[in-house]
Amino acid sequence: MLSRVADSVYWMSRYVERAENVARFLDVNYNLTLGDTSAFMHQWLPLIYTTGDQSDFNERYKEPSRENTLQFLLFDDQNPNSVLSCISMARECARTVREVLPSSLWEQLNRFRLLVLEASKTREVLDQPYEFCESVRTASQLLSGVAMSSMLHDEAWSFMQMGRYIERADKTSRIVDVQYFILLPKPEDVGTSIDVIRWSALLKSADALNMYRRMHGRIVPEKVAEFLFLDPFFPRSIRFCVNQVQDCFYRMKEQESEREDLPSERLIQQLSTRLNTIKISEIIGQGMHVFVDQFQGALNSLGNIIYADFFSTTSQTPRKILTESNT
Amino acid sequence: MEIENYPINPDCFDEAFSQPGVPRSNCLSFANRLKELSDEELIRRQASAEFLLRDLGITFTVYGHQSGTEKIWPFDLLPRIISGQEWGPIEKGLIQRIEALNLFIDDLYNDQKIVKDKVFPAEMLATSKTFRQQMIGFQVPQKVWCHISGVDLVRAGDGKFYVLEDNLRCPSGVSYVLENREILKRTLANLFDGMNVKAIDDYPDRLLDALLSCAPAGSHDPIAVLLTPGIYNSAYFEHTFLAQKMGIELVQGSDLTVQDDCVYMCTTRGLKRVDVIYRRIDDDFIDPKHFNPDSMLGVPGIMDVYRAGNVTLANAPGAGVADDKAVYTYVPKIIEYYLKEDPILCNVPTYLCADPTQRQHVLANPEKFVFKPVNESGGYGIVLGPKATRKELDNVTQLVKSNPRNYVAQPMLQLSTVPTLIDGKLQPRHVDLRPFVLRGKETYVMPGGLTRVALPKGSMVVNSSQGGGSKDTWVLDATVENVVPDPHDSMSQQQNQSQTQRVG
Repeated sequence: MLSRVADSVYWMSRYVERAENVARFLDVNYNLTLGDTSAFMHQWLPLIYTTGDQSDFNERYKEPSRENTLQFLLFDDQNPNSVLSCISMARECARTVREVLPSSLWEQLNRFRLLVLEASKTREVLDQPYEFCESVRTASQLLSGVAMSSMLHDEAWSFMQMGRYIERADKTSRIVDVQYFILLPKPEDVGTSIDVIRWSALLKSADALNMYRRMHGRIVPEKVAEFLFLDPFFPRSIRFCVNQVQDCFYRMKEQESEREDLPSERLIQQLSTRLNTIKISEIIGQGMHVFVDQFQGALNSLGNIIYADFFSTTSQTPRKILTESNT
Repeated sequence: MEIENYPINPDCFDEAFSQPGVPRSNCLSFANRLKELSDEELIRRQASAEFLLRDLGITFTVYGHQSGTEKIWPFDLLPRIISGQEWGPIEKGLIQRIEALNLFIDDLYNDQKIVKDKVFPAEMLATSKTFRQQMIGFQVPQKVWCHISGVDLVRAGDGKFYVLEDNLRCPSGVSYVLENREILKRTLANLFDGMNVKAIDDYPDRLLDALLSCAPAGSHDPIAVLLTPGIYNSAYFEHTFLAQKMGIELVQGSDLTVQDDCVYMCTTRGLKRVDVIYRRIDDDFIDPKHFNPDSMLGVPGIMDVYRAGNVTLANAPGAGVADDKAVYTYVPKIIEYYLKEDPILCNVPTYLCADPTQRQHVLANPEKFVFKPVNESGGYGIVLGPKATRKELDNVTQLVKSNPRNYVAQPMLQLSTVPTLIDGKLQPRHVDLRPFVLRGKETYVMPGGLTRVALPKGSMVVNSSQGGGSKDTWVLDATVENVVPDPHDSMSQQQNQSQTQRVG
């Protein structure tokens, strides 16, 4: 497929996944701060950290109030990571590659954008974000459902999946990183009900609470981190996501004639092997934050190498000319 | 829906009704079905059609607007209906016209016999802005210059179809024709069913066939692509639509690269050879090496590959020489010259401002004429004399005097009207028609075409950039048509006789 097109479908699904994640943790945070005026008053700032946009936020907003945070993360069109910006960019990506997308998928993405656009015009959502966050999650999941059942599961599909899982791995790691930093350093809270509520909220934001309970029962910080990082079956754990990305590479390579591994394929193998063998005790031992930092560094390089291997049209390395046998 | 009080404008030809409450034969069964439908139901369906358009993201781009440059395509639910008998001569006339124009272009770039025989003035050719020196002496594959054409027709007060202009440079609109039909079928299914409307759904297949049949000699299993300027082009929706329907790649200039006298596209697996390019980029922008050096949209060196015979460009660069509106006035002669036939479709009477006598005539009463720049499209630069202010008339008079070759003038036409749903009632609105003609190994005319409708009352400007909408166009299948003779039709024809002069 065309390099530019692959690039666009990859980013389209990254943006949609990003929007969904923002809606997820906003919703949970809102829930968590309801009815509590003192202790959690300042619990909105971590959300800005989760998306990594604190400097932009501080420049343009006075205080991390609930309203400001919601406005910034949901509807601020100058914030490239707001739900509105993400969905607009996803649609813009889709618009440049409409010919490879099933029309039902394009229709759904259009509806998604209209939904966000309409909501951004009212104040209602800033007061009552629950319904809106819920509809963003649903719209995103509907989109993946439509893609799942109407798209050819070909190369374009693989790049879409790749985008989705790389984004999801990144966001899960950020959520844990930020929340862990806030939640852990208060020894007096450990084991109290507040502690359980916070950790439950963290799980909830990844839609993981029930699944976690089934696997581990009691809420134990170390177990929660293990579940969100290393569970092989939970579809939002970073290990699961990385393995999915690796599967995408496998699927694409299967359809081609014999060739050597590309740099991106070698990197994803390393990353996957590491996550399949590492223990949570080791991660906590070296420091959660250090681990997340390294992991995000690796994801960034992966993104760059994928670009060089597949998407770039002005590649420094001359591209091979395809003949009948290897098309 | 009540049809008795439909207000026919006596100055124009109404295509659906010959008299108030009396449908013409082509519309009889549709009108009967329409009567059965309640007002509320029709309004509800119009609304659901609009929702569909919005959800489908069927849009066009208006230049010069900051926000919301992407507009929803306005669609009127009520179709425009043309009988098989009426369509037959139009189809023949279009085939004849495109055949002749194609021979004309080929001749201009090669032997120039028509100039030597003094049928087409050398002066006209020398001053053409769209004649491409780069194409002189070039033999295009299969001798096809215009693979895709759109010919704008209008129906005047006498009920006859006239050619208003030929579009031989990437005409757009066909995607809207196909989408309009799709939406109509989804929202007005029971009125469509059993009406024996000629199918148009196979257009993308026929387009692909036409393109591939003109692939460079020796390419087996050729690959075609559609080259777009990108998402900011006003017809971008159409580019994606057609690429998708044909199952070919939609490429931008940056996706293509020239190596060793061949064109390749950059794919995730490497470079892939391209044989036919349906380009929706103007000549000027297609190759910065040979045309406009500032173009970022094109592919450097693509003209070299083309001239080496290793890729086909559709339409061929330089085809625009024949859709210059001054050249248009010669088309009847061109048809007679190359085909030795009388033109089946007539031109609208047109005055060449380059000719001193004709110029004098139109400038004596500029308020009676429509002035058109010869190489613009989309309605840009047109001045409607009868609706212009004194100042606008003075302006256009100056423009014509300073560059007469750049202008033609036509009498103001009374475009035909078709019932349109306005505020829940049937109202006559003016329409034109753009049928699409494909030329590969043979010539194909899509039955119907794009009907554009001017939505503001009394307006004759159908361009979507200026308040125009569109309708589905039905050509009824003559072989199965069950025509009920309409006693009023002959009478109305006579009534209209008097208006012929106004047009002519």
